[in-house]
Amino acid sequence: MPWLSILMGVSVLGALGVTLVRNDKLAKQFTLGVSLVVLALAIAMAVGFNPNGDKFQFVEKYVWIRSFGVHYAVGVDGIALVLILLSVVLVPIVVLASWHDAEAGKRSVRTYFSLLLVLEAMMIGVFAATDVFLFYVFFEAMLIPMYFMIGSYGGAQRSYAAVKFLLYSLFGGLLMLVAVIALYSIADKHTFMFSDLIGTIQDVNTQKWLFLGFFIAFAIKAPLWPFHTWLPDAAAQAPAGAAVLLVGVLDKVGTYGMLRFCLELFPDAAKYFTPLVITLSVIGIVYGAIVAIGQTDMKRLIAYTSVSHFGFIAMGVFAMTTNAGAGATLYMVNHGFSTGALFLIAGFLIHRRGSQYIADYGGVQKVAPVLAGTFLVAGLSSLSLPGLSTFVSEFMVLVGTYQRYLVPAIIATTGVVLAAIYVLWMYQRTMNGPTAESVKKLPDLSVREKWVIAPLLALLLVFGFYPKPLLDMIHPAVKSTLTTVQVSDPAAVVPVAKEAQ
Amino acid sequence: MNGNIPAPTIEYAQLAPMLVVFGAAIVGVLVEAFAPRYLRSAIHLPITLLSLAAAFGLTIWQVVKGVPTKAAAMGAVAVDGPSLFIWGTILVLAFVSVLLINDEDHFVAAAAAVPGSAEEEQALHAGAGHTEVYPLVLFAVGGMLLFPAANDLLVMFVALEVMSLPLYLLCGLARRRRLLSQEAAVKYFLLGAFSSAFFLYGTALLYGYAGSVDLAKISTALGAVGGQDTLLYVGAAMLGVGLLFKIGGAPFQAWKPDVYQGSPTPITALMASGTLVAAFGALLRVFWVALGGLDWDWSPVLWGVAILTMIVGAVLAITQTDIKRMLAYSSIAHGGFLLVGVVATGTAAQNSASLSAILFYLVAYGFTTVGAFAIVTMVRDAGGEAWHLSRWAGLGKRSPLLAGTFAFFLLAFAGIPLTSGFFGKYAVFQAAVSGGALPLVIVGVVTSAVAAFFYVRVIVLMFFSDPAADGPSVVLPSRGTALVVGVAALATVFLGVFPQPVLDLAQNAAHSLFVR
Repeated sequence: MPWLSILMGVSVLGALGVTLVRNDKLAKQFTLGVSLVVLALAIAMAVGFNPNGDKFQFVEKYVWIRSFGVHYAVGVDGIALVLILLSVVLVPIVVLASWHDAEAGKRSVRTYFSLLLVLEAMMIGVFAATDVFLFYVFFEAMLIPMYFMIGSYGGAQRSYAAVKFLLYSLFGGLLMLVAVIALYSIADKHTFMFSDLIGTIQDVNTQKWLFLGFFIAFAIKAPLWPFHTWLPDAAAQAPAGAAVLLVGVLDKVGTYGMLRFCLELFPDAAKYFTPLVITLSVIGIVYGAIVAIGQTDMKRLIAYTSVSHFGFIAMGVFAMTTNAGAGATLYMVNHGFSTGALFLIAGFLIHRRGSQYIADYGGVQKVAPVLAGTFLVAGLSSLSLPGLSTFVSEFMVLVGTYQRYLVPAIIATTGVVLAAIYVLWMYQRTMNGPTAESVKKLPDLSVREKWVIAPLLALLLVFGFYPKPLLDMIHPAVKSTLTTVQVSDPAAVVPVAKEAQ
Repeated sequence: MNGNIPAPTIEYAQLAPMLVVFGAAIVGVLVEAFAPRYLRSAIHLPITLLSLAAAFGLTIWQVVKGVPTKAAAMGAVAVDGPSLFIWGTILVLAFVSVLLINDEDHFVAAAAAVPGSAEEEQALHAGAGHTEVYPLVLFAVGGMLLFPAANDLLVMFVALEVMSLPLYLLCGLARRRRLLSQEAAVKYFLLGAFSSAFFLYGTALLYGYAGSVDLAKISTALGAVGGQDTLLYVGAAMLGVGLLFKIGGAPFQAWKPDVYQGSPTPITALMASGTLVAAFGALLRVFWVALGGLDWDWSPVLWGVAILTMIVGAVLAITQTDIKRMLAYSSIAHGGFLLVGVVATGTAAQNSASLSAILFYLVAYGFTTVGAFAIVTMVRDAGGEAWHLSRWAGLGKRSPLLAGTFAFFLLAFAGIPLTSGFFGKYAVFQAAVSGGALPLVIVGVVTSAVAAFFYVRVIVLMFFSDPAADGPSVVLPSRGTALVVGVAALATVFLGVFPQPVLDLAQNAAHSLFVR
């Protein structure tokens, strides 16, 4: 069964359907229904996935543009599958969370939800593409719905943030386009199929240039320090739901691209640039965390924590050990849930009080205990408390990096300590202490909002204690990637990953 | 008497598309002379559309029958694959432009009257209208057909004039903002006359060098004639100036914003699509056929011109506040992208790849640009078209469908995937990379990013800004205008999702390259 095409098809048809529904409320319910159907289909697909089977499964391949050697080719390995699952889990949650978001600005509600579903199809497509050109098409095209979501439905500075987001990403994408064209020309295989392109670029110098073309695009997308400056603006101005998808899924395309394309297509260049990338990552980890501590705006704070977390992910990818690679992949999933929860709860809080500034809050815990409690759990997941799934992934990344790069791993560990400061200090300032006058009448979470948060926290807890199902899917894919890159784990290290679980 | 002069052979069948268009133009002139005023428009429109459709049909027939492999009319006109492809493109674009032109609201009642004068008022009341627009357009289109197909420099010069002279006139016929329109016409005429003079002087010098104006003979003379290099280089440079002027390559781009701004918008649409296509056809023929052996000399110059054109187009567009001027600079930038393909020469296979990429780009860009200008005609306020960009604020809220379509065209100009513009750009850049012009491609993508900024700015205005209180209204499009926008949008989507059929056509057309 062409599972992946069905997933995308349902989303796209749903998006069209939403624009036809005349009633706003009906449109929302319809969107929620479509996203739940996609979720159910995706889970059904995932059940049929055999972790120890072929590298890519659910493969479909049709010639799209013969002259350019472009195929509509999709398929998933474990890495792509968990990221697709992350996307389709987040979308219904975002739909439910955004129930009233589009109404405030007197903008079209139907357009917002239609864009959301279009974005969902593209998110599935970008992870599933096994043709480099197709990947590029999704990579660029998915900017457009997000651009409109930020620009039309965001905060006061929305158009500035939307344009900055689009231009940064577009610029990176165009550099990548040059590399994509050059890859095609130099490989001279008249195909863009990923599997056919592996190993075609032998010359190390060529590899380095092409690697840079891809890497800069992904580093902007992820975003890695020093390419991160668009993220705080975009995330702070985007409506909470869009921010979740932006940071939770779209940015993962960057780190996913590093793992899939930078490593496998240009293994020698990747090894050559590893010290540089690890250095940037470590700087990002510490810098993002320190800057987050200094933020006065909650959404910007969360955005900067993500800069720090993306440093961990990139470090894990380039450490090139099984532990670090699997940890980084798991981190991508967990970070989506954890930051998603943080953004959404902060969004609920901001929606109630009408201010993004930490200083405007205080003592919320007394008036809205459930809100405060869930905020704390989400915050603790951001600082990787043991028992929550983020701990597993962060630990695996650190251990995996330690196996090969001692000093960076040690410096990165300070990121964990700094995380405790920014999370707990924000919690303390907003939730504890004397209740601020303006939040005295703050209502607690509504039933809808509880339904939004509950699945995220549940997932964080479940995978915190039992990450095996995800790791089982991820491990073979990461191993196969590292085999392509021709690296093996350094010997003589205690198998810590097992203990971590 | 033994002075038997052999009659020249003329392959009428091959030239039929042009002959039909020119014939219809002459009939149009007769209609102007003899038909009563109230009937003229009703007679012109069917004649014009039918002749364009018939010419298109004849072009197709020519392709089906088999593309000629020898130049026609004693070597004066080359009806080869690229010519036929360009003809088809121009004819379709002209057809949709005529549908726009048919909206007579765009043209002044009496061009000779001083703007705002009593004479003008009188002409309006008398119901006068410039129905000669139709034959003028047909002459211009006929010139566009001959220009890229001309196989010797004199015929090419004649075509250049036949194409340009009616356009100079048409530029001055805008109904509103009369002074700008007249200024545009004068500027275009003066600068155009200069560029024609350059072209003619270049032709003369090359004749002095090669002893022929025939492109193929110039090409063979390149290796054979010695000691006349000054004539050759100066001649080639002057020809280049004349041709680059027509495509708006920097530093000869200055006329474009003024002329695009002042002309009646449907005429701008015709110029931005048809003239550009024709001029690129001629440019390619001159540089690849006649001066093909000289590419070591002109290639560095064209590199410079391409880089300059892309940068000038993209950077200056940012500062524009008039939507038509902005689209004019965008057209300059796109001309620069196309020039990247022109310099990507090499082996025959490489040349044909570059050529087919350029052909595809021209089709993609032509349709999108006609659609964009069609939308410009529809957004109006009290003084006619709402030309100032700030007037477009909040249009997305008032007429989401129209603003959405325009945004889509802008994204196509910016080269976002799943639009025709992306594949156009991709095809040209890919050809350029395999032709060894990687630095040009890097400049190309950087300027694309810059260009994206001003396209996106319009989208920001339309969708993210609040509408002005007395903002422009969107007129209900006439059937013709709606059809134009619809066709352009469909073409932009179709070429962005299934470019293969048109790519195939372009590849077949470019396969055998230009005949010599």
